[in-house]
Amino acid sequence: MKNNKTAQGILLNTIVIVVLFALFQALTAAFGGAGSFKLVLVPSLWQCCYLILLAASLNLVLGFLGQLSLGHCGFMAIGAYTAALLSLACERAGVFTDKSGAVYILIIFACILAAGLLAAVTGLLVGIPALRLKGDYLAIITLGFGMIIVNVINNLPFCGQDGLAQGSAAASLYKTGLGFGSKAKVTYLWIALLVTVLCVTLMFMFVRSKYGRAIRAIRDDEIAASASGINVSSYKVLTFTYSAFFAGVAGALYACATSSLSTASFAFTNAGILNSTFVVVMVVLGGMGSLTGSIVAAVIMFFVNYQIANGSWVAALPPFLNGVFKYPMLVYAVVLIVVIIFRPRGIFGTYEFSLINLAGDIRRARVRRAEAKAERKEAKAHA
Amino acid sequence: MSTFIQTVIVGLRLGSVYALIALGYTMVYGIIRLINFAHGDFIMVGGYTIIFTVPLALALGLPAWAAVLAAIAVCALVGMGTEIIAYRPVRKKGTNMSALITAIAMSLFLENLAQAIPAIGPNPKVADQMFTAGGFRIGSVTFEYTTVITIVISAVIMVVLYMFTQKTRLGRAMRCVSEDKAAATLMGINVNHTIILTFAIGSALAAVAALMYMAQYPRIYTTLGSDLGIKAFVSAVLGGIGIIPGAVLGGFVVGLFESFTTSYISSSLSDAVVFLILIVVLLLKPAGIMGKNVGEKV
Repeated sequence: MKNNKTAQGILLNTIVIVVLFALFQALTAAFGGAGSFKLVLVPSLWQCCYLILLAASLNLVLGFLGQLSLGHCGFMAIGAYTAALLSLACERAGVFTDKSGAVYILIIFACILAAGLLAAVTGLLVGIPALRLKGDYLAIITLGFGMIIVNVINNLPFCGQDGLAQGSAAASLYKTGLGFGSKAKVTYLWIALLVTVLCVTLMFMFVRSKYGRAIRAIRDDEIAASASGINVSSYKVLTFTYSAFFAGVAGALYACATSSLSTASFAFTNAGILNSTFVVVMVVLGGMGSLTGSIVAAVIMFFVNYQIANGSWVAALPPFLNGVFKYPMLVYAVVLIVVIIFRPRGIFGTYEFSLINLAGDIRRARVRRAEAKAERKEAKAHA
Repeated sequence: MSTFIQTVIVGLRLGSVYALIALGYTMVYGIIRLINFAHGDFIMVGGYTIIFTVPLALALGLPAWAAVLAAIAVCALVGMGTEIIAYRPVRKKGTNMSALITAIAMSLFLENLAQAIPAIGPNPKVADQMFTAGGFRIGSVTFEYTTVITIVISAVIMVVLYMFTQKTRLGRAMRCVSEDKAAATLMGINVNHTIILTFAIGSALAAVAALMYMAQYPRIYTTLGSDLGIKAFVSAVLGGIGIIPGAVLGGFVVGLFESFTTSYISSSLSDAVVFLILIVVLLLKPAGIMGKNVGEKV
């Protein structure tokens, strides 16, 4: 019976995804050439894709494992530079010339995979020393890692300027084999969507497997978990590595969506939205321990940030507020503190949105609310 | 040889600044088990306060460094305010993790608030000369007055602080709260007041550290706090977090390593080296150089 329901759920989700995708393709066919579809919506979707991957993958560590990692963008940087340099190497070797065709698509996928794998290897190397320790050390070591990786990339000659053999040590890489323009972004949007759906599915499978149960047990009580025969440190390292893999994939998507890479975008904090702290904000806002929450929060935060940066209503605000909005991280810091104090579980808590359970969830929520109301009434009557 | 001695002196000078900051981290960690990420930004607050009050101090006929008194007051207030507004509500309700995230948010808030205030802004500000310029020579080694003053003042503060925690009633109360909050309450110690006092002392030390830093590098910017703070935090962990002499030792170790890396290898690698030491020490002796391994209670 239970298996039957799982199968139904998978079927339903697949159908919905396929229908949505078909709908989107139809929209692309109809409006693909038009201005705001091509220049606003599609680039936004690309950004949402890698933000979703970043938030969901950090949630594995922060929400499900209960460890704070502050260098998530470091893994993203590794992924982005790997993908950019690998594709550049292919271009210089003459494997593809005009950024199109079946070979090019194959190379994109190879770059994404390589980016994920290299980030995962780095995650393993960072995680082994950091996760053997109890307490808050992971936060410090990952923070340090995030700074070191930026430092190292700045000093590597093949990661700067024109890249590879023609490069020199610098904070920016101007040449990549990916870096889609707005037309290519429309053409290859299906890659970003496919990769995101695939990765989120893999993460769901992970948290629902016996590994997911084990890491949640570690989060809730480390001593009890290890007494029940869970190898705490190896599960921690496994989760950290798995999470780093998806951060690397997010980095590869980022490399596809931007024409040049700069290490400043992967720092602990900066003026933009792409930094390790922003990822923490997304996860906390969405709910630590809810992948769907992270997805929703990533989209919301993207939208809020887009509005702060580009919205016409910002200019109409009084000058004081206008000045505040020039520093979006100030706003997000306040949001973070308010959410932690008043709703420490975030928007979703540990609830996972699912299509097949939606009706049941709504019914149960209604019953619970009615019960709470009755209880309050009773308490009032007693008082 | 003279390069070597000069490097040692620079290391001691850097180390004494790190040690002062590390003391703030370690005291707060010792008492509420929280990495106060905002502590680095208290230095930034102190630095800007000094910059804005130096003209006032000069107008009153005082030397420029007297501005540090105002900075100490402002930093102590900011530290206590942070504890009361942000940390205490979270500590009551949430987990260790949410307290840590609040600390990061507080740090971001202070940094970005400073940038959003028009009088401060994102561009660096240049500070006045803090102490008398010049120095004296012994053999081929130059001792700048600033360096000597920095090292001496830091040493004095550390000794006074150590005496405070060991000999006075308030210091004993602090050690008591960090060992066992419930037992401290039973002994008639006001835990909340003690925690606030710890924040005030730690933040005041950050103000002094700001003065020392500006005496050397008269340039201050809003993210100064995170740069200095991270190294100071590494010092605190190196020495054994929560242990006051450990923070001092860690500060000097980090300062010396940094100065030797800068003068013998490369200045752009000094950050990476500092973190490398941290990782090595944590692997070999997770509780820090002076820390003891404490078994976990079930």
